[in-house]
Amino acid sequence: MTSRNIISYSFLILTLVVVQLLFLKNLAVFGQAFGFLYLLGLLVLPRTLRTIPLMVLAFFLGLCIDVFFQTLGMHTSAATCFAFFKHIWLKISSPSGSYEESEELSLSQIGFVRYVSFALPLLFLHSLVFFVADHWGTGTFISVVSKSFFSSVFTFFLTILVQLLFFKRKRGIL
Amino acid sequence: MLRIFEFLYKIRTFLLFVLLEFLAVWMIVSNNSPQGAAFFNSSNAWAGKALEKQSEVVQFFSLAEANASLNSENALLKQKLLRHQAQPDSLPLQIDSLLEVRYKFIGARVIANSLRLSQNYITLNKGEKDGVKPGMGVFNSQGVVGRIKSVSENYAVAFSLLNTSLMLSAKIKTSDVFGSIQWNGTTSSEAQLLYVPRHVKVSKGDTILTSGFNAVFPEGILIGQISEVAVNQKDPNYLALTVQLSTDFSRLTYVYLVENPAFQELDSLQNQSVLTND
Repeated sequence: MTSRNIISYSFLILTLVVVQLLFLKNLAVFGQAFGFLYLLGLLVLPRTLRTIPLMVLAFFLGLCIDVFFQTLGMHTSAATCFAFFKHIWLKISSPSGSYEESEELSLSQIGFVRYVSFALPLLFLHSLVFFVADHWGTGTFISVVSKSFFSSVFTFFLTILVQLLFFKRKRGIL
Repeated sequence: MLRIFEFLYKIRTFLLFVLLEFLAVWMIVSNNSPQGAAFFNSSNAWAGKALEKQSEVVQFFSLAEANASLNSENALLKQKLLRHQAQPDSLPLQIDSLLEVRYKFIGARVIANSLRLSQNYITLNKGEKDGVKPGMGVFNSQGVVGRIKSVSENYAVAFSLLNTSLMLSAKIKTSDVFGSIQWNGTTSSEAQLLYVPRHVKVSKGDTILTSGFNAVFPEGILIGQISEVAVNQKDPNYLALTVQLSTDFSRLTYVYLVENPAFQELDSLQNQSVLTND
């Protein structure tokens, strides 16, 4: 990664965290679908950032969100899980050689179909871990699954919306 | 030996994953046990300040409403005060210890609030400095709001009533039968009244108040009204009562904190008597 990339990715993640904290805090569509937009920052990072640094980054990103949301540990565990499975899922879901190492994993770079198959299951995993932690011992299985499903779909649409509006078409971000 | 290290090095990613997840789960557990120390919650100075600034902007838009409700409450209190003001009397009366004021009140502003999760918390802008202590009750002019969980120097975090781990002692106004209020995590306007025996006559619309048994809240603070009466499916000895909460949790702005100075004494006395019973 070049230093220019590092700066632009840091800026992207910082912006997403601020948006998450200020605007998406109490938003829940029909009381079911939460938007975890900050995950977009972890999602688009290219594969040159290996799993270990990605996981550490996700851990502290989740912790940062948790401190403000009063959900200590819940976003942290979910985001760490997300980061751990990102590269594993990439390997499983795509035939070898179909991604370049340094390629940004954004909508415009990898195309819609591959983006869906790559992002949606990971977002679902994150939501599932989050709501299992939230409902631990109290909620029902159905409500955990339905909240996870609708949240991941809603988050998915948010990530697409942000990418269409603010990402440059060909190269780089912002 | 070398092989072991090689093996460990090979699975280092997985090991780090397990370690981080373990840390996260430990945080969840320590945050959710009521006695557990809260480390990085939003009552810490930085997060508190940021949340306070945010709430200042957001709450600006509901100032008119907050003013109106404070005003109407003021009027009500004035009316009550007038009734209680002592008339000049020639008869000297010893002040009765029964009428002694037992509770202390503190006003506070809500700076962060959530209602969509199953463990919801409220952050308030008063802390240790202002005399807030863990365990104090929180309510506003509409009804019961929650209970203080942890306190830092300038801020405090409270369990919302919309937190599945909080239980409050409540009673039905007409019959004085008591039970426990607990939220089941589904709708933010309804809670459950538990442990009311089946023989009790309950009807829709009955008022539910705090009972004063747990010494956190003074007796008679409004909780809500019964909206549904059914027999408990799991345990047919009890009724399953749904209570429409009187507090609108989506619009909390100003709240009161209440402390019972005798709480420690009462609590230790009750603990003692439980010990001698068994």
